[in-house]
Amino acid sequence: MRHRSLLILTTVITTGALTLTACGSRDGGSKDNSGGKKTVVVIGVDAPLTGSLSALGQGIKNSVDLAAKTANKNNEVPGIEFKVEALDDQAVPASGQANATKLVGNKDVLGVVGPLNSGVAQQMQGVFASAKLAQVSPANTNPALSQGDNWGKGEFKRGFDTYFRTAATDVVQGKFAAQYLFKDAGKKKVFIVDDKQTYGAGLAAIFADEFKKLGGEVVGTDHVTVKETDFSSTADKVKSSGADSVYFGGQYPEGGLLADQIKKTGANVPLMGGDGIQDPAFISASGEPNEGDLATSIGYPVEKLDTAKKFIEDYKAEGYKDPYAAYGGYSYDAGWAVIQAVKAVAAANNGKLPTDARAKVVEALGKVSFEGVTGKVAFDQYGDTTNKQLTVYKVEGGKWVDVKSDTFNQ
Amino acid sequence: MHELPQQLANGLALGALYGLIAIGYTMVYGIVQLINFAHGEIFMIGGFGALTAYAILPTGTSLLIAIPVMIIGGAICSVAVACAAERFAYRPLRSAPRLAPLITAIGLSIALQQLVWQFYPDAKKAVSFPEFTGPAFKITENLAIQRADLFVLILAPLCMLALGVFVQKSRSGRAMQATAQDPDTAKLMGINTDRIIVMAFAIGAAFAAVAAVAYGVDKGQINFEMGFILGLKAFTAAVLGGIGNIYGAMVGGVVLGLAEALSIAYIEEIPGMQQLGGGAWSNVWAFVLLIVVLLVRPQGLLGQRVTDRA
Repeated sequence: MRHRSLLILTTVITTGALTLTACGSRDGGSKDNSGGKKTVVVIGVDAPLTGSLSALGQGIKNSVDLAAKTANKNNEVPGIEFKVEALDDQAVPASGQANATKLVGNKDVLGVVGPLNSGVAQQMQGVFASAKLAQVSPANTNPALSQGDNWGKGEFKRGFDTYFRTAATDVVQGKFAAQYLFKDAGKKKVFIVDDKQTYGAGLAAIFADEFKKLGGEVVGTDHVTVKETDFSSTADKVKSSGADSVYFGGQYPEGGLLADQIKKTGANVPLMGGDGIQDPAFISASGEPNEGDLATSIGYPVEKLDTAKKFIEDYKAEGYKDPYAAYGGYSYDAGWAVIQAVKAVAAANNGKLPTDARAKVVEALGKVSFEGVTGKVAFDQYGDTTNKQLTVYKVEGGKWVDVKSDTFNQ
Repeated sequence: MHELPQQLANGLALGALYGLIAIGYTMVYGIVQLINFAHGEIFMIGGFGALTAYAILPTGTSLLIAIPVMIIGGAICSVAVACAAERFAYRPLRSAPRLAPLITAIGLSIALQQLVWQFYPDAKKAVSFPEFTGPAFKITENLAIQRADLFVLILAPLCMLALGVFVQKSRSGRAMQATAQDPDTAKLMGINTDRIIVMAFAIGAAFAAVAAVAYGVDKGQINFEMGFILGLKAFTAAVLGGIGNIYGAMVGGVVLGLAEALSIAYIEEIPGMQQLGGGAWSNVWAFVLLIVVLLVRPQGLLGQRVTDRA
């Protein structure tokens, strides 16, 4: 019968869908020792190197690569040569977990930078913790990753002592955004949309709480599905809700389209989001002007920091094909933190790496402290960055322009 | 309910787009009983072909002049890829068990995505596509139709009409119907079935290119992954309308588009259903509708009950 074969087909589609979303990763690293007497230490990188978030992922990979090259050139750790092995997770949690297992399997890997997505990080933490391998994410912002699932109730418990990050959490970012939108921009009625992902939904919830606490009104909520492109029905709901602003928890591929489709309905309201939308692709991917849209991002603008000038110069000098993007500075700092930790471990052991180097690197990371690209790099008792600087960006003249930078205090 | 006309318009435009892509699934299935899962990528390649054609045109060309050129450029690319896929991937497997070409199609779909990702300049993220500028047409207080939506709403019925006339009246069209009914007998009657099969792939690909241009001028961007979800939705539309029936593909597309738009807007207004509404659930409701339709009419809305030949 025909519908029986359709049933088989449906099964195959499902299989196909799974295959497509999880298809293989590119092997970036080579394992040959370069012949010299130097010990090779590999810094693993896990980020979406392909797919719609690849603009951010490539920036992360290149920046870590730059950190490793700089360390080798300056002979930062005598007797040790750093190499980078970059794996592609395509922003898919299962791929991230597979990559984590692969990195753990390579004995030369003493630290991993990544991933980009909080949802991917959740799947990697356990793998790294049981192998005592340090992980420093340049971009994860979900609070639960470092402070435990009950952080919202005020119970902070570090789940994985191998997990560190150079990015500030969404608690800081969401509250900062709510305060800016309510106080500085004077918006009182917000419509909240998120993409149902760990990062987006978490950020939107924190924003909503703070916005209501300040006295603002949430006039409607909706959710979008990642990789979809038609949000016109949601856009019309925004228009008819009478909102004077929209907050979007999610990434730029959906955020850019949503912002455009809202403007096309004739609703002249700004869309605000987190660091996930603060990317040139948010503006460039679509022709409709995004003037007035807002985004928060971690840290002060890299271009304005004195500490970052050398990074930007070096990055240009290396001639990488993709820009360093939103997390370049944080990725460089994350890579440099791993290098500093390896340096401390080697120094404590007469310049050689001990047999339990991985565990020692984790310990050393907790004590790392240096002036990085994005400011002072150090980690608190949860593995979170002690750097809580944030910036609000606004689209002006087709570009992200910083309008307010501040250090966040609860 | 004051936004109902607007949501209906959104759903219609989305549905017309699904319908245009669904034609490709339904034509190929009607003739060779193959679900061509690479069709979503054929659609995507049509988009990139159209963008290339636009890049060749002198800058500042009006979009109204550019669009026919873009459709032709996109169609050349998508038809070429579809015909090559048929010749080199599917034809050698025509007598193989039915799952073999199906898996081939899935593999082809991944391969085509990666090829565009790797070799099209800047295609590693979304690339911008020329977009209709200017305000929407305000019909009434509650209804404004975007220019791009109007474009697809005019183009889709025209394409359907042309296809209908072609299949019913032309010699090749009748040969196509004959091949769909019984390929062996058609061959005995002197019909070159290989040519007819290529033609089915080509027509589907050309429709996909039209859909890709309509998609591009609406969203203002295309990316190498866009064929995946849209392809799945269009396949669903084809099944909903009755796979194998070209009018069914369009009807299925429109029903699916309307179901999505209305579920986003109204499910959450039903008391007690707030948690089950909004954009997050639109796909769920679309598939609930598909299941209900298939329970009542297993052959789809316009499909005919035929016994399986395999």
